[in-house]
Amino acid sequence: MNTSVTPESPTLPVLPTLRIAPAIRWWALPLPELWSYRELLYFFVWRDVKIRYKQTVIGAAWAVLQPFLTMLVFSLFFGKLAHVPSQGLPYPVFYYSALLPWMYFSAALQNATNTIVENQRVITKVYFPRLALPLSSVLSGLVDFGVSFLMFAAMGFYYGIRPTVAAIWFPAFLLLAVLTALGVGLWLSALNALYRDVRYVLPFLVQFWMFASPVVYPSSLVPTKWRWLYGLNPMAGVIDGFRWSLTGHGDPPGRLVCISVAAVLLILLGGLAYFQRMETTVADVV
Amino acid sequence: MRDVFMRLLKAPFLRGEPRAPEHFWALRDVSFDVQQGEVVGLIGRNGAGKTTLLKLLSRITRPTEGYIEIRGRVGSLLEVGTGFHPELTGRENIYLSGAILGMSRREIGNKHDAIVAFAGVERFLDTPLKHYSSGMQMRLAFAVAAHLEPEILLVDEVLAVGDLEFQKRCLGKMDEVTKTGRTILFVSHQMNQIRRLCRRCIWIDDGRIRCAGSMLEVVSAYEASFSTPPSSAEYHRREGTRSTRFLSWRIAEPYTEESNVLDSFGSVTFEFVLGVNVDIRGGVNGIALFNSDHQLIWATSVSRLELSKGLHALRFKLPSLPLRPGVYHWQVSIWEGGHCFDQWTCVPDMIVGTKPVTHPHEEWQGLLNLPWEFRMERQNRSERGQEPSLVNPQVD
Repeated sequence: MNTSVTPESPTLPVLPTLRIAPAIRWWALPLPELWSYRELLYFFVWRDVKIRYKQTVIGAAWAVLQPFLTMLVFSLFFGKLAHVPSQGLPYPVFYYSALLPWMYFSAALQNATNTIVENQRVITKVYFPRLALPLSSVLSGLVDFGVSFLMFAAMGFYYGIRPTVAAIWFPAFLLLAVLTALGVGLWLSALNALYRDVRYVLPFLVQFWMFASPVVYPSSLVPTKWRWLYGLNPMAGVIDGFRWSLTGHGDPPGRLVCISVAAVLLILLGGLAYFQRMETTVADVV
Repeated sequence: MRDVFMRLLKAPFLRGEPRAPEHFWALRDVSFDVQQGEVVGLIGRNGAGKTTLLKLLSRITRPTEGYIEIRGRVGSLLEVGTGFHPELTGRENIYLSGAILGMSRREIGNKHDAIVAFAGVERFLDTPLKHYSSGMQMRLAFAVAAHLEPEILLVDEVLAVGDLEFQKRCLGKMDEVTKTGRTILFVSHQMNQIRRLCRRCIWIDDGRIRCAGSMLEVVSAYEASFSTPPSSAEYHRREGTRSTRFLSWRIAEPYTEESNVLDSFGSVTFEFVLGVNVDIRGGVNGIALFNSDHQLIWATSVSRLELSKGLHALRFKLPSLPLRPGVYHWQVSIWEGGHCFDQWTCVPDMIVGTKPVTHPHEEWQGLLNLPWEFRMERQNRSERGQEPSLVNPQVD
């Protein structure tokens, strides 16, 4: 096989050779390629954000309204009526601090799951690393998160909750939430491309998952001997981490978070491998 | 020097129920090289695997076996308007679609004005795309695609859509692009587009390369495959007594590899071989040329022929036969005094494979592909006044 460049084209730059072959390294992290497509990733995020509240009356206010109304309902029924313990926090703060990551997670997960199917036309017409799609879904959710976070800041001010040293951990928990959504999203988007059943399973999954996470109750309600098992749900670590880092109340959820981090890494790496295997045939089967 | 080197490939497609996948090879044993700056046409019937090939080259799907090597940035235009979103404005869609097709943000920024001007949508740039007419959407889509400048361009039959004006603009742009030294793979069903744009051609049939080589050769072979195959039954079912019959025909001059392919504008000699079993006095030889619509192009007859038993070559020399490229067929006959010995619709068909030199637009290509010259001279009034001979020539 001759791949030499003859002197006929002295002015032409020697272009790098791309080799397309059946075998792909699905276990490898595609970070260099993703980096070279960073502008496209930016445009996908930008598109998701732009179209999310198109033709709505109150627009991005939905990003605040959804968690806020949910918080009111939870505070009323689980708090005032059922007297669920709240680690000494006012119920609105207790619930809103959990709904922040939870709302982000559930929306990001749903968008990521549907993204391959929704972008079917583009996928079958042009190449780009498919990973950019679920990744952009997960990242664009952060804009809503930012908006709803402003509401939390206002509530914290109202209830006199000041940031403590624990707040420096907050970005780490946010990252953990993003990675959780991405990891699960990779699995589900790949599965959804093959089996549309996923779309119908997803609402149930999200609902069950919420009750398996310390959204409406503190994780201290879970018996200590089962706590490690509980930590396998990464959102348990995320939500406990959010509550702790944002309010400074309670003990740092060290062990639980460690287990959650390990679980997230497993889900994420498995999801990446599965997604990249699916990627090779997705344009034919989606 | 090769900018693209490909050697390939076998790709099975999954069709039908996901639970009972039925595999078939969409492409098999396909192997070819494309040099930098070449414009290669991909032809073949629907479902032959042309689009699959483009999809493999653009990495949309992966080959199951084999490999492809590509030097340079690949841009694929498998449809116009890839990535357009109806809720976004025209301007936003330029950026989005450009990015999806592989342009960088800065590149799009630089070309933004040119794209807008090409599409002619200045007034509606900040209107959501869903309010555009479909024609405007198409124009905008093509404007973005036309400003894509990768080293290698893969174009599926995007030119087949849109109104005449749009097609014309596309073709003009393609003409322009082919002159910039970019490597282009071009799928089309319109042979005259292929003739115009490509120098090389690959004919894919049933997932394999049926024929590859010079455009002329491949297009001719492809077109010939559509003409009626010489079935032996038809060959024998002829009018006439068959004691005397035509045996073969060819283009005697100029010499071409395929003796039924005419690829020059100059003089041409057709030769028809006639086998004679009885002596003929006062024979009449009729000859007619038809196009694929069975429209008579040209005909004549020669009378008072004296033919003895044996083989005779009847030669017709024409100064030029500048027909529009395509498939034609001859019909020859031999008569004597109202009695028809043989009338033969010649096989194989004649393929005219000259390069089109007339109107670039398929609809305006007439029956003739006649080379032409154009001259324009300035004539001003004072000169005219000084040339009374033009008004009143040769008055002595």
